[in-house]
Amino acid sequence: MAADSEDVSKELANISEEIRSLRLKLADKTRQLEDLQAAQRADEADNVANERSANSIFTPRINDLTNDEIERYSRQLILPGFGVTAQTKLINSSFLIVGMGGLGCPAAQYLIAAGSGRLGLVDYDTVDRTNLHRQTLHTERTIGLPKVESAKRALEQLNPNCRIDLHKLMLDSRVALDIIKQYDVILDCTDNVVTRYLLNDACVLLNKPLVSGSALQFDGQLTVYHYGDTCPCYRCLFPVPPPPHAVTNCGDGGVMGAITGVIGSMQALEAIKVATGVGETFAGKLLIFDGMNGIFRNIKLRGRSRDCKVCSENPMITQLIDYEQFCSMHASDDDQPLQLIPSEERIDVFQYIDMRSQPHLLIDVRPQNEFEICRLPSSVNVPLKEILDNKFIERFANELADEKLPIVVLCRRGNDSQIAVQHMCNKFPSHAIRDLIGGLYAWHYKVDKDFPIY
Amino acid sequence: MSKSDLNIFLEFSAGAELLFGNIKRRQVTLNGDEKWTIRKLLKWMHANILTERPELFIQDDSVRPGILVLVNDTDWELLGELEYEIQPNDNILFISTLHGG
Repeated sequence: MAADSEDVSKELANISEEIRSLRLKLADKTRQLEDLQAAQRADEADNVANERSANSIFTPRINDLTNDEIERYSRQLILPGFGVTAQTKLINSSFLIVGMGGLGCPAAQYLIAAGSGRLGLVDYDTVDRTNLHRQTLHTERTIGLPKVESAKRALEQLNPNCRIDLHKLMLDSRVALDIIKQYDVILDCTDNVVTRYLLNDACVLLNKPLVSGSALQFDGQLTVYHYGDTCPCYRCLFPVPPPPHAVTNCGDGGVMGAITGVIGSMQALEAIKVATGVGETFAGKLLIFDGMNGIFRNIKLRGRSRDCKVCSENPMITQLIDYEQFCSMHASDDDQPLQLIPSEERIDVFQYIDMRSQPHLLIDVRPQNEFEICRLPSSVNVPLKEILDNKFIERFANELADEKLPIVVLCRRGNDSQIAVQHMCNKFPSHAIRDLIGGLYAWHYKVDKDFPIY
Repeated sequence: MSKSDLNIFLEFSAGAELLFGNIKRRQVTLNGDEKWTIRKLLKWMHANILTERPELFIQDDSVRPGILVLVNDTDWELLGELEYEIQPNDNILFISTLHGG
């Protein structure tokens, strides 16, 4: 019986693997076919054009645009207020997109489609599945590839006329100036405070306009820094970085993909306006987008600050500094594991497995939303908030009456659970209350790889 | 008994509302016999409507770094910051700056 079931699972695995490889082959062949068909169509179109032109008269050109460009950008060229002049400026402009995530993907997509001459893409990270809901240039097929590489593949399909340069690295004070100076307009599509200060200072030092976007949950913000005499820079608005515990990233707070789509697309528009001089930009103004309630607001910002440490007449910052130190944060949205409580108040997943058959109380302190995604059997949900405001005491009066009953607290990664244990131990010092090290992540990586992570 | 009420609107956005009972917009009535500056309003907010982790909102008698204050859609820096004198029906918006992408 056991041998039988082993054979069956082997057969299952074999067939799954076979289907997977056939699917890949099919996708490959389909792409080859599409490429050939596209080439054939282009040839036919050229032949028709050549036949005609053999009999026609040479007509002198009145601008530098090629026929491909005139056709490709025709809907822009006929726009009142844009036209050949702006299009030619755009073709001669270069843009640096820092961060190929939720903002960088749509920004790059519209910039390249519109006919930007050269794009530089900066990102140190690789594509993973949690990116795909909003980072729309990356696909199932490019998971695991560097984001800049994955984005380049998609962008080349959109417009072959544009040059794309890749910078697969984390932008820091050593390399920032050398990269930024090669471009005309810089787009801040990053996900962290540290890189935002770095980009701001580098752009001020090199006198480059900075188109800044950000998004979290259902909210988005957009402005243009350091563009024109009166326009403030990021430091004029925020001379002091926020305290690290007040900063939420997309991995913890979540973000709606279409919100980054809206803001990233607007960054492309602002960058095009800056490069071509068309229209009025968001320099000196801040756009606030509340996507949950459908509200756009336009805020009038202060001017350039006379006391600004980097963009005033007498700046204190004349070269790049150590921005991780300045912000007391890391230059990525990765979560750093906390060690908040002593080791004896923490157990690992294997210690938990050993004690699982004994009576115990397993408290999951994640928000209810997240508890509905996945959970350990027999865990009860008490969001951190209800631990900290002591609501849990009444709810678990019976369990807490028994000092001997072990209590294990867990969360997604093992940070919030430590905050909870610290609070509970202060209230109930003689109880055995333990934090599950690494939370559900540790459960996935060390115990059950089929348990979902998010 | 106050002779007059000073009615204003307070708004919170991009996460700041989480510190104020998750209410994004509310009307509040202040004692109109007194002069109200933003400095005084912040103290009043701390005492009356700030429900969560005050250190995420107030720092050294002002708002913490990273929160922008806007009066009738204008940056408070243009209006005198803490010393701005609140007028009837002012709309005061507190917004956390976002860093994600």
